[in-house]
Amino acid sequence: MLKLNDVSVTFNEGTPDEKRALNNINLELEKGEFVTVIGSNGAGKSTLMNIISGVLIPDVGDVYINGEQVVHLPEYKRSKYIGRVFQDPMAGTAPSMTIEENLAMAYSRNKKRKLKLGVTKQRKELFKQYLSTLNLGLENRLTAKVGLLSGGERQALSLLMSTFTEPDILLLDEHTAALDPSRAELITDLTEKVVRESGLTTLMVTHNMQQALDLGSRLIMMDKGQIIFDVSGKEKEKLTIQDLLQEFQRIRGEQFGDDRAVLT
Amino acid sequence: MFISLFGAVESGIIYAIMALGVYLTFRVLDFPDLTVEGSFVTGAAVAAFSIINGIPPIIATLLAAVAGFIAGCITGVLHTKGKINSLLAGILMMTALYSINLRIMGQPTLSLLNETTLFGQLEEMWKSIGLDSMLNGILSALGLEQLPSTWAVLIIMVFITFAIKILTDYYLKTEVGLALRAIGDNKKMIRSLSANTDSLIIVGVGFSNALVALAGGLIAQLGGFSDVNMGLGLIVIGLASIIIGEALFGTKTVVRATLAVILGAVIYRIIVTLALRVDFLETGDMKLITAVIVVAALVTPKIIQSRREKRRRIWKRQQLRTGGDGHA
Ligand SMILES: Nc1ncnc2c1ncn2[C@@H]1O[C@H](COP(=O)(O)OP(=O)(O)O)[C@@H](O)[C@H]1O
Ligand SMILES: [Mg+2]
Repeated sequence: MLKLNDVSVTFNEGTPDEKRALNNINLELEKGEFVTVIGSNGAGKSTLMNIISGVLIPDVGDVYINGEQVVHLPEYKRSKYIGRVFQDPMAGTAPSMTIEENLAMAYSRNKKRKLKLGVTKQRKELFKQYLSTLNLGLENRLTAKVGLLSGGERQALSLLMSTFTEPDILLLDEHTAALDPSRAELITDLTEKVVRESGLTTLMVTHNMQQALDLGSRLIMMDKGQIIFDVSGKEKEKLTIQDLLQEFQRIRGEQFGDDRAVLT
Repeated sequence: MFISLFGAVESGIIYAIMALGVYLTFRVLDFPDLTVEGSFVTGAAVAAFSIINGIPPIIATLLAAVAGFIAGCITGVLHTKGKINSLLAGILMMTALYSINLRIMGQPTLSLLNETTLFGQLEEMWKSIGLDSMLNGILSALGLEQLPSTWAVLIIMVFITFAIKILTDYYLKTEVGLALRAIGDNKKMIRSLSANTDSLIIVGVGFSNALVALAGGLIAQLGGFSDVNMGLGLIVIGLASIIIGEALFGTKTVVRATLAVILGAVIYRIIVTLALRVDFLETGDMKLITAVIVVAALVTPKIIQSRREKRRRIWKRQQLRTGGDGHA
């Protein structure tokens, strides 16, 4: 479904600020796999997401989606296959447009946009059904401007917008990190539910180790631009936070250095 | 007095098409496009040149819009593909268009006084309907002595401008139109939803300038001439129309916002006409008046807002001091 071959990215090459953000990354995701990604700040997690979505082009290496080389496809073309939710709850929706208009834009993600109405009667009904799965009452506020929603509501809407068209790949980059704990839990639950029900191939970055353990079928740990640990299946199920920290120390010979890592 | 106000509404409803174009770039695309000052003249020049060379006025008017569309697309390409800052891209195009407009016209001014214009033709058709005498009859019954020579321009332009408004409204609600609006609202999002933002911007700026050039072509035919400097200060006029309209009529929906822009353009013309009747003001002061209107329209809501805030805080403080709960 998704395959990265020897991908490397260096920022500001040849300057004193040179930074190797990804170093020979090899990664392959099977269809329907749900992978959680952890790693300290600056490990290259967001860069990895940006390489897959086409925001960044790697210096070397290939990216395949459904067996097709996409490394030279611009971001907007790759978006046909990829659903994304960003960390910033404001980033995934258009604030001065209505809920139904936002959903209509997302509805067109994997189709060609045409000169016909984006919001139709039929689509409204469809949108209502989808919105009711969020249990936030948004199905009664189709014509409300999205800018009026709370951060949690907007992130739930973003999640819905990026998933209801069932993308080949779903990328979530710390999409609960900017929310308060109860909202974060709501979004986590919704994520778990939608990924399970639609069987989406998912890559989810989180700084919450417990979340990384609880969710998904596979876990990878990144550090200094490399994937240093990769477990799945039964082995992952048995894993505890303590194991993760020990594993990191064994591989790197140093403490897992991230104040933000939530150990609970 | 009535005649000059009538004239103001008449040209205001044409300038409204220009204001709709400016609305598309400044508000919808969040792209401050200054091409407008050049493309308006391009529209006037193309229409005038075509009519003088025997092309039917209706075709000449459409050619004006096409020329504006091309000019706008070039600005869009300069910005998206050439990575030139949007303001600068517009200024470059505006400057280039000055020379192009001179080339089209071959001289700084083209007169249409001896030509049959679109409005001339429409007036002929209009006369046969005989509505003028009826409308003027009502006016003279109301005690007005000076009566407009024709209602054709006003009434037909109201139809045309509103037809353009309705088409624009529809366009902005289509799948393509929604993506276009999202560009001005959240570019990162709409790209992640697989919209080609570059080509949308190019077409959007093109469409905007098509409207502006269409207005230019019509104004040239209404005034009977095309002049290479007739676009001067136009962008501020467009902004003034938008801001006045939005302040008075709101922007709740697209349909409402475009209506506001049209009414704003007409009201702007009326304000200028009234201002010019003040004894010590001259025609040359018009640009200054326009700038003052824009500044006033921009600043007044902010002052009112901060006044209101201040009053609210004072009130809240008093409430707390007197032991109230802060909710009246
Ligand atoms: N656009 C950029 N320009 C320069 N350096 C960058 C840029 N983006 C990321 N980096 C650097 O690359 C490294 C990896 O960043 P990132 O992928 O955002 O890490 P993570 O998401 O794991 O915290 C960091 O050291 C960061 O400072
Ligand atoms: Mg990150």
